[in-house]
Amino acid sequence: MIYKETGQYKSSYKSDHAIFPLLQDKIAFSTLMFIAFLIIPFVINSYWEKAILVPFLIFSLAAIGLNILTGYCGQVSLGTGGFMAVGAFSTYKIMTYFPDMNIMIIILISGLITAAVGIIFGLPSLRIKGFYLAVATLASQFFLVWLFNKVPWFYNYSDTGQITVSERTMFGIPVTGAEAPSYATYLFCLVLVVTLSFAAKNLIRSKMGRSWMAIRDMDIAAEIIGVPPLKTKLSAFAISSFYIGVAGALYFAVFLGAIEVTESFDIMTISFPVLFMIIIGGLGSMLGSFLGAAFVVTLPIGLKFLMVDMVGLSAVTAKHFEITIWGLLMIIFLIVEPHGLARLWSIAKEKLRRWPFPY
Amino acid sequence: MRIKQLLIGMTASVIAVSSYVEMAIADLKFPMLVYRTGAYAPNGIPNADGFVDYYKMINARDGGIGGEKILHPECETGYKTQVGVECYEKNKKDAMVFQPMSTGITYQLIPKATADGVTVYSTGYGRTSAANGKVFKWIFNAPVTYWDGASIAVRHILKNNFGNIKGKKIALVYHNSAYGKEPIRTLQTLSKKHGFKLMLLPVDHPGQEQKATWLKIRKARPDNVLMWGWGVMNQVAVKSAASIKFPMDKFIGIWWSGSENDVLPAGQGAHGYKSLTFNAPGTNFQVHADIKKFVHDKGQASGDGSHFGTVLYNRGLFQAMVQVEAAVVAQKIHGTSKITPAMYRDGMENVNLSAKRLEELGFKDFAPPFKNTCENHGGSGLAAVQQWDAKAKKWNMITEYMYGDSDVVQKLIAEDSSKYAAEQKIAERCG
Repeated sequence: MIYKETGQYKSSYKSDHAIFPLLQDKIAFSTLMFIAFLIIPFVINSYWEKAILVPFLIFSLAAIGLNILTGYCGQVSLGTGGFMAVGAFSTYKIMTYFPDMNIMIIILISGLITAAVGIIFGLPSLRIKGFYLAVATLASQFFLVWLFNKVPWFYNYSDTGQITVSERTMFGIPVTGAEAPSYATYLFCLVLVVTLSFAAKNLIRSKMGRSWMAIRDMDIAAEIIGVPPLKTKLSAFAISSFYIGVAGALYFAVFLGAIEVTESFDIMTISFPVLFMIIIGGLGSMLGSFLGAAFVVTLPIGLKFLMVDMVGLSAVTAKHFEITIWGLLMIIFLIVEPHGLARLWSIAKEKLRRWPFPY
Repeated sequence: MRIKQLLIGMTASVIAVSSYVEMAIADLKFPMLVYRTGAYAPNGIPNADGFVDYYKMINARDGGIGGEKILHPECETGYKTQVGVECYEKNKKDAMVFQPMSTGITYQLIPKATADGVTVYSTGYGRTSAANGKVFKWIFNAPVTYWDGASIAVRHILKNNFGNIKGKKIALVYHNSAYGKEPIRTLQTLSKKHGFKLMLLPVDHPGQEQKATWLKIRKARPDNVLMWGWGVMNQVAVKSAASIKFPMDKFIGIWWSGSENDVLPAGQGAHGYKSLTFNAPGTNFQVHADIKKFVHDKGQASGDGSHFGTVLYNRGLFQAMVQVEAAVVAQKIHGTSKITPAMYRDGMENVNLSAKRLEELGFKDFAPPFKNTCENHGGSGLAAVQQWDAKAKKWNMITEYMYGDSDVVQKLIAEDSSKYAAEQKIAERCG
């Protein structure tokens, strides 16, 4: 009864094609946007910014990127860390070559560069599938990280191989560097994430998105009905890499500020966690990308908070528990709800629709 | 049913998080970023234990610093930068000093802590050019830097070769990260100066896989091998060197590659392995007697207490001692026991650990004296060479504390820090 769709008539194609066709969804989404844009910026502090919100936004973007490739187009990728590194290093190089360029433009260009790299590494996907493709993308992860560590040009010949961001402003307010206020970095990421999410959602509903899904569901059948596999797969690689590249650029420029490629873009710090995000959140679901990112980013912090600050365990015991609980949750999720948190949410909606008369 | 439970769980956690209120702190807070888990835990644990035991001892023996108790909340980083940032943000309020114990996290904190006004003390690690206090106001890396270390190792080799190493081959086995890359520039400069050939051999994180590295060493037969390693990388390197029968007395590690856990797994093979150090090993110091009396005998030892007197434990004591001493100095300068983070920085900048003061603190002959000044945050630059005796299972100091090649090092520090100052638009201090 709460989530009632009866009585909501659609009288035009436009209203029928809306992203949120139901009034309840519209209200919920507008409230969320209201809170995100008009309340959080006023109450945010640097802990919430640096530990929770900014990483959540950045990883949501990376998860959307990977979801486009893996969830919608069915091409498994373990190269997320490598592609994020491309975004980060492009940002760094462009920043140092063009000191006056606007940071937003720099980040979008970095996304485009990553898309180009993604197309190159997507080429093998035409011949190899499934696990074999996963291994091929794994190679891209190792190759890209190795490249950025090996060739000093990428880190401007600094002694340590570290790249450091310098201050950049939007409307006169710094958004990168240590002096950037919390609300500025948060809003900067939020604007990018919201805009790009809408773009992704619409792409997925367009002809392109439908051909991705056709390839995912059965590539031979898709080819027979006229979906070109080359164009479709490469477009998925390109757009997915664009999102991941933008995420990598933000990760470097806005979030960490100083990065060392081997540590920050390691397969265990980026590629696997982002894959977990879309598995836990839900493959082939926009909402799932966000839920998964929120889950993976906040779970360790939440557990630590619960065990160290509330219960009073020592930091190391809590860490051991955290590792165990993390592993357990992964297994439980895969057994109990293989379709992820997004599926749980749709079950919840189903129940709310019938409540209070379950059958 | 599942949904209901999930909803209850979610609400509960939201309430828990939102009810989180910062504790009011009247004491002096020394947050600790530790890693007792992960690939670097074998080194992280003894070091963290040293810190905690020293703080506990000061609290028990002196009732804190000038009457103010020391709070030392631990935050587990697992040597991961991103977690380090979270830990920093969580604990930075009213924090006196951060000791990241990781070069990666130190680089991360340098701009942040400078903006927030929090002292970072990276004892003998981190960014070497932070020794230039004119540029790095909030960052300290006394008593000795990696570039000093590199030149001290070369000096030791020079001495063993009667001052001539022209045409000799020196290999550097290093952790392929900012930490391991630190000495390269210095060694390149020194190789030009002394005419030796430098061979660079990176080892990727975490450092288990070194077969190719040591195969290359076996083929190229360098005369000396230097190592910048940490965690499991050290053990594997020492074992591999022993297994290819590399002369161990020609193998010199930095001070982070010279603890008991690094050499014990190699057994007798490690006999004669050398490393640099800036503090003495062992338990024959007043501070150990005090810790035994006030902490260990009361059953309050940090961890299992088994690392008492090991190299890294003792280094933890030294690091904690400097941090506490900075608070003492700050209290003296500002005439109040309730010091703020800004006052603490003044204290750190005026730390003067003379031989006499070290003796008062129970650290007689434990480490060479040093002092910080406005210009110099890098300390004395003194380190000695110690050698592992596998039969007696102990480290022996085989040289006096010696200086590095300060002409070379100071020039490089000035270059690198002025580059940083230009990038970050920092005006030089100290007149």
